[in-house]
Amino acid sequence: MKYRKIALAVSLLGLAGAASADNHALSRNMASACASCHGTNGHSIGGLYPLAGMPKDEMIRKVKDFRSGATPATVMHQLSKGYTDQQIEMIANFYAAQK
Amino acid sequence: MTLNRRDFIKAAGAAAAAGALYGCAGGARASGNVVVIGGGFGGATAAKYIRMWSDGGIDVTLVERNPSFVSCPISNLVLAGEKTIADVTTGYDGLKTHGVRVVQGDAVAVDPVKRTVRLASGQELSYDRLVVSPGIDFMWESVPGLTPVLSDSRILHSWKAGPQTVALRKQLEDMKDGGVYAIAIPKAPYRCPPGPYERACMVAGYFKAKKPKSKVLILDANEDVVSKKGLFMKAWKDLYNGMVEYRPNHVITGLDANAMTLKFEFSDAVKADVLNIIPGQMAGGIAKAAGLITANNRWCGVDWRTMESVAHKNVHVLGDSTLSAPAMPKSGHMTTQHAKIAAGAIVALMSGEQAPDPMVIANTCYSFVAANSVVHVASVHAYDAKDKTFKTIPGSGGLSAAANELEATYAMAWARNIWADALG
Repeated sequence: MKYRKIALAVSLLGLAGAASADNHALSRNMASACASCHGTNGHSIGGLYPLAGMPKDEMIRKVKDFRSGATPATVMHQLSKGYTDQQIEMIANFYAAQK
Repeated sequence: MTLNRRDFIKAAGAAAAAGALYGCAGGARASGNVVVIGGGFGGATAAKYIRMWSDGGIDVTLVERNPSFVSCPISNLVLAGEKTIADVTTGYDGLKTHGVRVVQGDAVAVDPVKRTVRLASGQELSYDRLVVSPGIDFMWESVPGLTPVLSDSRILHSWKAGPQTVALRKQLEDMKDGGVYAIAIPKAPYRCPPGPYERACMVAGYFKAKKPKSKVLILDANEDVVSKKGLFMKAWKDLYNGMVEYRPNHVITGLDANAMTLKFEFSDAVKADVLNIIPGQMAGGIAKAAGLITANNRWCGVDWRTMESVAHKNVHVLGDSTLSAPAMPKSGHMTTQHAKIAAGAIVALMSGEQAPDPMVIANTCYSFVAANSVVHVASVHAYDAKDKTFKTIPGSGGLSAAANELEATYAMAWARNIWADALG
């Protein structure tokens, strides 16, 4: 039983670190920049899009569509251009994991 | 199978040992004691995020002199009569639900060696790490003739939202139709670069509806509009033609409060019915008392990876008080980003880990040009290891193409969300 718990915890840490070979804290910190508009941990209180629980692939696609101009925006086309693919993936990982 | 928290921590501890093989950060729990001075955007956000990210492991005490938070962003709408002061006020109860201990008081001294903060009441608080987020104080000598007493009674600044916001609204209401409202802007850098120009728009909007013979005079110490120039100039021309007049290069050399007259070095004196003088600014008083000011006798230098002061170890400085990185605005939004850099670093360091790589940070500032029309400026900033500062990312950020109604909705949604992120 004890070893199953350890195995689960190891796999949880492994998942968080997998995308960037970096740590969970950096992914969480990166994502927190979005929270000023989109709510703490992505739980918007209204008026701006909630990010919590958004599937990873969906968020990556949406942000990249803002970046390319495929989706028109008021601000996101300008902000998304400040992030690399890897950073977008880290942020998407974090929000996908929020309940 | 469900893990309770204790099991998870035990398991995570074991996993950390295993994780070291992969170069993962460990799972050690943060502990210790943080004091935060200042309950504005920066201090409130830091207090909440340190509690949240340490999973309650770090004790946080927030010292704030006011009983509740009053937001500078959106407060120009109070001047226009579009919002009330209650609309821009949030209490500290939300922080208390995160386990933040909120102490109403005035921090007057810091001993960085003994690691203590002294309050005006005489109370002493000890800390392992200190966050100083005091906002700005005014350089009274920047306006000859202006005193703190005068500035708090008749010649208002209203550059810290609260009673001064309400008092300036009253002066505008009491002013006769046909009167002159003059706003004097200090040389940059100052808090909220587009703020004075937004204020000119909002006061003009009020005049246009209620006192159409009145005038808004912008007396700018800078040589040009500091922020969103084209967008503001267009609003003054299209929405308030003949009502708003912009005058650059107006450095004040004298104030005669009885005659309600301002004097300038190279330009004619100006007489107004309502004089709104925003004095030059520097880091908030406690920053000076704590020996944190390192640049031009005004601002606090920080290590941008952690927001730790370059003057004192274990002391982190946030927001308007910092010596801003290139193209980094002194804004409430930016201050919350500083707070998250600091919170991430503090939680890691107090877990016995290294501070993580600096996050990418962003800023969005909305300005109302009319009650239902808004413009924004946005920017993204990343840490440059070579130059040890944040820089804007080429190709990112920008302005609204034109003032629009959709962003008026977003501006209010931004305000409600950032207040909740900081204080909720």
